[in-house]
Amino acid sequence: MSTTGSRIVAMGHHQPSRIVTNDELAELVETNDQWIRERVGVVTRHVADTETVADMATAAAGKALANSGLTAADIDLVVVATCTSVDRTPNVACRVAAGLGITAPGAYDINTACSGFSYALASVDHAIRAGSARNALVIGAEKLSEFTDWTDRSTCIIFGDGAGAAVVSAADEPGIGPVLWGSVPEKSDVVTIEGWRPYVQQEGQAVFRWATTALAPMAREACARAGVAPEELAAFVPHQANARIIDGLARRIGLSPDAVIAKDIVESGNTSAASIPLALSKLVERREVPVGAPVLLFGFGGGLTYAGQVVRCP
Amino acid sequence: MTRDEITAGLAEILEEVAGINTADVAEEKSFTDDLDVDSLSMVEVVVAAEEKFGVKIPDNEVQNLKTVGDAVSYIAAQS
Repeated sequence: MSTTGSRIVAMGHHQPSRIVTNDELAELVETNDQWIRERVGVVTRHVADTETVADMATAAAGKALANSGLTAADIDLVVVATCTSVDRTPNVACRVAAGLGITAPGAYDINTACSGFSYALASVDHAIRAGSARNALVIGAEKLSEFTDWTDRSTCIIFGDGAGAAVVSAADEPGIGPVLWGSVPEKSDVVTIEGWRPYVQQEGQAVFRWATTALAPMAREACARAGVAPEELAAFVPHQANARIIDGLARRIGLSPDAVIAKDIVESGNTSAASIPLALSKLVERREVPVGAPVLLFGFGGGLTYAGQVVRCP
Repeated sequence: MTRDEITAGLAEILEEVAGINTADVAEEKSFTDDLDVDSLSMVEVVVAAEEKFGVKIPDNEVQNLKTVGDAVSYIAAQS
C-alpha cells in the first residue's frame, strides 16, 4: 500500500552533559576564544565521555517518539545517519530499536558523513511512499570526539557530539519535498576520517570554497523541486559546519530577511550528521518557526556528498 | 589591464570582503602578515577575484599567493 507522501511529526534531541568551552581547548592547543569565535563560530560544544553513538541516538529517538504521541509499537522503520559508529555490527539502528523496545522494524545505518540526515530523511520518505513503512524514526547521531586529534588545533576546535531524531509518518499531504542529492567523488580527499587509527582531517580552504560557491545553486534547486521560492522559506537549517559557511551560503541562496537561519554551531559545534536534526529540534522546541511553514534542510560534507529538501515544520 | 589596475581591483575586493582600507593595499603587502586576511577570507578574495577578472585560480594555487603582488602577477598572466 503506497501513499502520497510523508511528513515530520515530531523532533527530539540529546547532547552529552559535558560542555567544553573554547578556553578549555586553549589549554590543550595554541588557540583562543576570540579566534575560534571569529573563524568557526563555535562558543561551546558537548563532548561524550562513556556514552556511545547508539546511546545518544536512542536518547534522541526516545524524546522524538514521546513528542510524536506514537509508541514503539507504531514504528516499523529505523534509519540512523552516522559516520562515527565504532562497531561494525550490530548497526546503530538495531541498537536504537532494542533500546526503545521497537520490535521487528526495518533497521539500517547510512554513512554520507555530514549530509547523512538529509539522505536518511529522503530514504525514509521514499520507503513510506513505496508502502514499505508507515511510521519511521530518522536519526542523526555522532561522536566526533572519538575521531578528533586533540593536538590538531585546526580541527579539534570545530567538532562536538550529539544526536537529533525525527518521527516521520505517512501523510496525505506531503510534508517532505523531493530531495536534491549528489556527490563530488573527485574531491574525496578534502574531508577524511581514514585508515586506522582514523582522525578527522580536512582541507579547510577547499571545503569552504566548495561549500560557499557550489552549494547555493543546489539548495535553490531543492526549493524548486518542492515548488517553494527561496524567499518563501521560513527557515534555513543547513549542516552546522562553520558559521561563515552558513552565512555565505544563506546570502547566496536569497532568503527573506525574516527567515530564521539555524546557528546551533554556536552552542554545539559541528556534529556532522547530527547537526541538522539537533538544530531543527531546538527550533521546534523553542517554537521559532510556525507549524507547517517551509524549512530548507541542506547537508554537505565528506565524500564529498550533499543533499537537501524542503520540509514542513513539525 | 595594467598591474596598477589589477591592484586597485584587488583593493576593492579586500575592502568589501575583509574591511581593509584600500590605501593599505600595495604589491609588497603580505595578505596574512600585513593585511591580516585569514585563510577563509583569502578564499572569499580569490572567488571574488575570479569573477572580477574572469580568471581561474585553483585551490592548489591559492597557497602560493603570499603577497598582493603574487596575486597581481598570477591574474596578469591569466588574463
